[in-house]
Amino acid sequence: MMMHCKTARPLLTAYGDSELDLPLTVALEAHLSECPDCTQALQAQRSLSRTVRGHAPYFRMQDDLRARLQASLPIEVRGANNPALPTAPAATPRTRRNQEMTRWLMPLAAALVLGVGVNQFTALNGADDSLADELVASHIRSLQVGHLDDVASTDQHTVKPWFAGKLDYTLPVHDLATAGFPLSGGRLDYVDKRDVAALDYRRRQHVINVFVWPSQHESDGKLGAQICDTYNVEHWRMNGLEWWAVSDLNRTELHDFAELLQKAEYTAPVNAKPPTAPPIS
Amino acid sequence: MSDELTARRFSAMAEPHLDAAYNLARWLTRNPHDADDVVQEAYLRAFRFFDGFRGGDGRAWLLTIVRNTCYTWMKENRRGETQLEYDEADGSLQGEEAAELPLHNADPQSLLLRAADGERIEAALKRLPIEFREILVLRELEEMSYKDIAVIADLPIGTVMSRLSRARTQLRRILEKME
Ligand SMILES: [Zn+2]
Repeated sequence: MMMHCKTARPLLTAYGDSELDLPLTVALEAHLSECPDCTQALQAQRSLSRTVRGHAPYFRMQDDLRARLQASLPIEVRGANNPALPTAPAATPRTRRNQEMTRWLMPLAAALVLGVGVNQFTALNGADDSLADELVASHIRSLQVGHLDDVASTDQHTVKPWFAGKLDYTLPVHDLATAGFPLSGGRLDYVDKRDVAALDYRRRQHVINVFVWPSQHESDGKLGAQICDTYNVEHWRMNGLEWWAVSDLNRTELHDFAELLQKAEYTAPVNAKPPTAPPIS
Repeated sequence: MSDELTARRFSAMAEPHLDAAYNLARWLTRNPHDADDVVQEAYLRAFRFFDGFRGGDGRAWLLTIVRNTCYTWMKENRRGETQLEYDEADGSLQGEEAAELPLHNADPQSLLLRAADGERIEAALKRLPIEFREILVLRELEEMSYKDIAVIADLPIGTVMSRLSRARTQLRRILEKME
């Protein structure tokens, strides 16, 4: 039974915000595929959202107010080099104007979401579930002050060599700054009982952790996306490596990010492929 | 735990969310000086309540306190501004279709072009009633989930959705009138 406009229209808000549950999403997408009016209403809502996101000023806190807040706490100041003293994060690019550069991504995202009967968000299987939990926990841990990066650099040619000798596999590092996902650094992490590389990318105020380690499986493929404790998780397997992206970024943009990374990896020179992975006991 | 250690832990938790705290206060008060006052008060209030913070999403927790401090501050300093102008107590979708259906007459591209101007968007947002303004700031500028918005604004999730829908409809009308 086809959904009517009267039923469809109030669902557009949640659908456009990626907040609609799966059964309603499927029903609404079936309606949208045949209803130009509702499709246009959805596009109008999306364009309004984009306009606000792209043009409304974001008021950052001035440094003097930050200093006053810090001074209002009962913390004895023992000099600027006190490592225990939380410091302001290093300039995190946060201009919404940066979004202008990546506007071209939007039609792609819209096409993905509007795609009839396409559900790009498949659930992960049970074993991956607990791994996803572990990765989300690692992501959250990394956000504590001073934990995010062992090597802080936006230059892939600085980050990549840092990992050499620390890992038993070659880590591909891709620069996605021009697509609006600048690299910010990397660290050694411990996941699934082994050392793994974690790369730190940014999207506005969001941190994206990308975990990479050798796969025990032969075949490449997209293995799923899910929401895990309000964090979005993307998992894929490529060139003999397991790739996991974890972030509080919305799932559409995290999905775009995963696709960009996959594209960069597809087009990477062959020597970027890892040597045969050592057996994992 | 010593006061100083607690203060350090609190400062480390709050630090990544200070821009969000200030941005929300600035949009709610619509004034930099008042936003300063509100954020300072909210920061100390959050520190006093920090024992009650059980980990989890520090941003939602801090923004809840900033938002409540804003409302208290405005009740004391600007009577009348915090009263809801719309009856939406039941959070139902009654009347939503009526509000939404004319949307298909609006050409999204032309609205985008007319509105592509930061000052105009800011002016339009500032003219929205506070309960619409806050929900759009949380959704569009902080990119928060309906669930987090429901916690911060103390609303049922259904009301978050219907209020967002109304807020967008009204923002669109204001932008169209601003020609
Ligand atoms: Zn329809």
